[in-house]
Order: sequence, then C-alpha cells, then structure tokens
Amino acid sequence: MSKVKVARKSTLIDMTAMSDVTVLLLTFFMLTSTFVKKEPVTVKTPGSVSEIKIPETNILQILIDPKGKVFMSLDKQADMINSLESVGNEYGLTFTPEEINKFKLQKTFGVNIRQLKAFLALKPEAQDAQLQNLGIPTDSTDNQFKSWVKNARISNGKDLRIAIKADQKTPYKVIKSVMNSLQDLNENRYNLITSLKVESSAKK
Amino acid sequence: MAELQTNDGGGKKKKGGSKQKKIHVHVDFTPMVDMNMLLITFFMLCTSLSKPQTMEIVMPTNKETEVKNKSAVKASEAITVILTGGDSIFYYEGKPNFKDYKSLKTTSYDPTTGLREFLLKRNTIAVAKIKELKQKKLDLKISEADYNKQVSEIKGGDGTPTVIIKADDAATYKNLVDVLDEMAICRIGKYVIDKYTPGDKFLVKNLVTKGTYQSNFAN
Repeated sequence: MSKVKVARKSTLIDMTAMSDVTVLLLTFFMLTSTFVKKEPVTVKTPGSVSEIKIPETNILQILIDPKGKVFMSLDKQADMINSLESVGNEYGLTFTPEEINKFKLQKTFGVNIRQLKAFLALKPEAQDAQLQNLGIPTDSTDNQFKSWVKNARISNGKDLRIAIKADQKTPYKVIKSVMNSLQDLNENRYNLITSLKVESSAKK
Repeated sequence: MAELQTNDGGGKKKKGGSKQKKIHVHVDFTPMVDMNMLLITFFMLCTSLSKPQTMEIVMPTNKETEVKNKSAVKASEAITVILTGGDSIFYYEGKPNFKDYKSLKTTSYDPTTGLREFLLKRNTIAVAKIKELKQKKLDLKISEADYNKQVSEIKGGDGTPTVIIKADDAATYKNLVDVLDEMAICRIGKYVIDKYTPGDKFLVKNLVTKGTYQSNFAN
C-alpha cells in the first residue's frame, strides 16, 4: 500500500483587498456620521412630512419625555457656563470653578438649580442614573425653565435656535406650558424635531 | 505578520542567473482587517447617519393676539380643529354654534377619509395651483426661489381657509404634530394654535352626549 500524498496548500489568504474595503467603509462612516448625543431619556419623535433639516450648531434643544420632564442641552460649552452663572445669580447661587467645569461637560442638563450643587458632586455614573428622574421645573410658581431659556438667549445672542424634541406620548399640557413660557419670553419662532414620514404613504 | 521569502535555493546558486535576490513580501493583513471591522462596528453603533427632521412654527406674540389677530379671520374661512384625548378629533366651520350639537363634526387622522380629505376639499384651488407650480419647477421652467415665493403667495391668498388648532390637555404631542403635518400636506398657509376654551369643551361634551348636556344647561 502506498501512502496517499496530500498536497500541501498554503492557507494564507490575501487580506489586502478586504483591508481596502474596510478602510473605505471606515472612512465613509467617519465622514458622514455625527455622534449620537447622550440623552437621559429615550424619546421617540412623531413623524412628519417636513423636510427641513435641523442646523447643527447654535441649538438650544428642549427635550421632553413622555412623563413631561424637561431637559435642555446647549452645544457650546461657553454658553453653558454663561447661562449657569446668570441663572445661578437669579436664584442667589454661586458655583465654584470646579462645579462649573463639571457642569460644562454635561451633554444634557435638567436639574432643579437648588439641587444642582449636590448633583454635580456625584460621580458621573450616579449622575446618569439620577438624571432621568429629575428635570427642570416648569410650573408657574417656580419656572426655572424660563430663566434658563432667557439666559441662554442672552449669552448666545440672536443666532440661537430653539428646538423642541418631545415624545409622541407627551401630553399636550406639558407642551403647552413650555410653549407658553417661550411665548412669554417673546420666543415665537422655534422648531419641532420630528422624524421622517413619507407623504404618499397612506399607512400609519 | 510580514514574512520575507528569499529563493536562495538551498545555497546553490545558478551560474548564469541574475545575481539579484528575488524577495517576495507577504504582509498578513488579518489583524488590520480585524481592527478596521471593530472600528466600523463602533462607528455604526455610536453615530446617527441622518439628521432629524424639523418643523418650523411661528407663534403669535402675546401682544399681537390681543389687538389684531382675533377679528382678522372671516367666519366663512375659519375652520376650528379640536384635539382631545384618545386620539379623537373634531372640527367646526365658521363660528361655533352652541345650540346645535351637530355643528361640531367628528373626524379622524386617517389620511384618506379623515381631516385631510376635508381640508383638501376646502383648499382645492390652492392645492391645484401648487401642484401646477411644482410641475413647472420639475420641468425647470421656474427657479426654486420663484417657486417658494409663489407658493407662499398662493397659501396666503384670498379664499384659502384659516385653521385654528385647539388642543385639550389630554391630547398628545403626536396629535399636535399630526395636525400640523396635515396643514403642510393640505397647503394651508394660515393656521394658529390657540387656547382650548370652556366653549370648546362645551361643544365636545355636547356632541358626545348628543345634545343632552346642552338641555341640562337650558334648564
């Protein structure tokens, strides 16, 4: 019996082409994408046929969750510092440089200004866990939301755009109080953030 | 890993061959591909490709509402849409008629039979004109700027309905956006979000109870 000779084949696969493809894809993703902002609550925006895209900078985003909690985010850190200081002034609070530093790193903020000091002293993980249960007070007796918007406008000037991002199930009552606060401040032009829905589709 | 292969041929060199050594360079790209795939996955998960859409709305200022806007709407052009909880939606044309509960009509968000059908019917002229303009734009007969200008002119023209949107506290944000959306689809240029008044509440209650609520009041 003769031994069956197995031809030795090299198992090396040329990965160069594969590498080319992946690098190309990577470049595409890096160039076209924008990072998702970390939001304390998940918000599912209602669909609309509007095709206007929202500008990327100079946005004051008002985030309203289904339970009616209000959060805000500003895209420039300098504006956040300015607004924090002026809102603090209104409520007779001053913040240490350390606290201001911590505050400016927050992506979304939404804490009662009186509890803000205690909140900023927490560790980032604890902050994330707590933030979803907090929110900026919007009641007529203690309308901190109004002073945040007012001071953000003062610090940023005319170019700041206000965008409201609310969940589908948010009751109109909350939206109304937010809109009324904006109306009181003479902010009559703002954007409602929606997701895309095609006009011709008859189904919902 | 890169590997260099030289064809030394076991030390024995051919006499007449070229003296230069032939070197095959093999670079193993597998780790590179691994890393790239990892990065791609990261980018796909952590980024959003599409920017969110937005809807621009302009609200009347507090001062203006008291002086100008209230009497400006002709009764024949006014449509009041009332949104309440449970996705229900009502409308009435012109002035509210508190005596007849049937003046308030029930409708729905359904795109074929609901509010859209009614609004399109009321706004046929403007819709037709804009359709014509859109075709012209597609045929490149008019420029984008001209198109926008003419569209806003048609939307604000005489005879187009003015819609007053009133939402109850129980209505959701989706309801509001849906109605605003209908405004865009039906090419209605004049609409306003107004306060839900006790009068509207009365109308809705009256319709739900089919007029018995009204007779309670009369007694």
